This record gives sequence, C-alpha cells and structure tokens, in this order.
Amino acid sequence: MGPYGLYVWSCFALTAIVLVICEWRARTRHRHVYRDIEVRVKALGDTE
Amino acid sequence: MWKFLHRLASPPHFYRIAINLIPWFAMPGLLLLAYGTYAGLFVAPADYQQGDAFRIIYVHVPAAYLSMMAYMIMAVSAGIGLIWRMKLAHAVAAAVAPLGASFTFLALATGSIWGRPMWGTWWEWGDPRLTSELVLLFLYFGYMALRNSIDDTSKADRASAVLAMVGAVNVPIIHFSVEWWSSLHQGSTLVRKGGPAMDAAMLYPLLAMIFGFTLVFGALLLRRLRAEVLFRERRKRWVRDLILSGNGKR
Repeated sequence: MGPYGLYVWSCFALTAIVLVICEWRARTRHRHVYRDIEVRVKALGDTE
Repeated sequence: MWKFLHRLASPPHFYRIAINLIPWFAMPGLLLLAYGTYAGLFVAPADYQQGDAFRIIYVHVPAAYLSMMAYMIMAVSAGIGLIWRMKLAHAVAAAVAPLGASFTFLALATGSIWGRPMWGTWWEWGDPRLTSELVLLFLYFGYMALRNSIDDTSKADRASAVLAMVGAVNVPIIHFSVEWWSSLHQGSTLVRKGGPAMDAAMLYPLLAMIFGFTLVFGALLLRRLRAEVLFRERRKRWVRDLILSGNGKR
C-alpha cells in the first residue's frame, strides 16, 4: 500500500466497526423490546 | 402477487418470516464482502494516478450509494404510511433511519480520509457533493430527533413522514451535484454512456462490494424492523401469545 496504507486500512477498519455496531445495536434493541414485553406479560399473568 | 404483499405487510406474519429471511441476505452478502475486500485490496491493480489510495473506493462508493438508497426507502415508506396508512410502512421508515445515518457517516468519513492524500484536505466546504451529503446526515438526525420528541407513535409517524418526504429532494441533488456544479469529485464511473470507465480487474470487486453491502444492509434492516414491529405491536394479542409460547426470542 506504500504511503497510502494508513488511509486505506483505516477506511476498511472503520467500515467493519460500523457494520458490527449496526448489527449489535439491532440485536440489542430487539432483546430490550422483547424483555420489556416479557416482563409486562408475566406481570399481567400473575395478577390474573 | 398482491395477496403475497398484503400478507407480508401484516405485522405478525412479517415478524415470523423475517427471522428466516435474514440468513438469506446475510450469508451471500458476507461472502461477497469477503471476496470484494480480498480482491479490492490484493488483486486489483493500483490506479495509475491515485496509486493504492484508490482502494478506498471499495468501501466509500457502496456506503455513499446506500446512504442515498436508505433515504429513498425511508421517504417512500413514510409516504406509503402517510397516504395508505399501512402500519408496516411507518415501521420500515423508522427502522431504516439509523442505518441510513450510519452509512452516510461512513461515506463522509471514508470520503474525508480519501480526500486527505488526494485533494490535500480532509474537508472542502465549496464541494457540492460533500455538503449535500452532510445535509443528508442532518436530515437523518432531524428525522430521528423528531420521532423521539413525540411520545404518540402515530403522531410521530405523521410528522416525521412529512420531513422524510420533503428531505428527499436532497437525494437527486447529491447524485447530480457533480454534473450541475464544479466539484472536486469525479463524474460517474459506473453508470455512464459507453459503460463503466474501469478495468474489469477493478470493476468486479467493486460490484461485489456494492451487492454485498446491499445484502448486508437488507439483513440489518430486517433485524431492526423486527424490533420495531414488536415495539409497535407490544399491546396486541399476537405478541402476548408469542411471548407466552417462548418463540420469537431470536
């Protein structure tokens, strides 16, 4: 890569980081929503 | 066809089939990205003018294209939701916004890193494509901020849909900015009269990266959309049944 190695590799590394964060954020969001609903449904089930 | 689309737009049906669709997007997408990255970094010859710095194209162009495509998906979905009141359409618009913002950030950051060795500057305010792409990032931020500032989901859907549709005017401005005004950016390399202005050894990895990014984007969107659908339908009977059955946790 010569003198441009740092620029090229940093772009590919940044891309990988952004893609991993997007996947992680999507999974975390689903897990949180699911857990919140699970708690509410179970609480309602206990009171019935 | 219409029956299939109508069924797909049903939130419970969509939620159940989306988890099975994700690997069909993610797996070929990741394979294409692996090939494109390897071929782009190690197989494609260096550019005669830019040297190895041109290899940034393999992440910059797909990110920039997806930043615009995501906005169009957001604007069209928001419009469909506003006009035909389709529940899933607003969910698509809400789910795609953070992804669009991420890819816009990526396009700006990789473009800035590429600009430093090629143009001698990280940023140039006078360049219309740079500034219009930055406006796109602000539109995504504005859309998400507006959604988050309104507690009522249906009101948030309507208000943010208007912003998404008005902001869509920026997308053709980004695309045609290099033709309309003087720009540091080069003209279109892929879609042009006479075919792509690239050698096949450089072109195939780029096409692989564009398709790979698109498929991975599809997988990410489906995953975000499942969470969005679950949140919006949290008080519905089918969600309660889903939770009690223990399915749908993935």
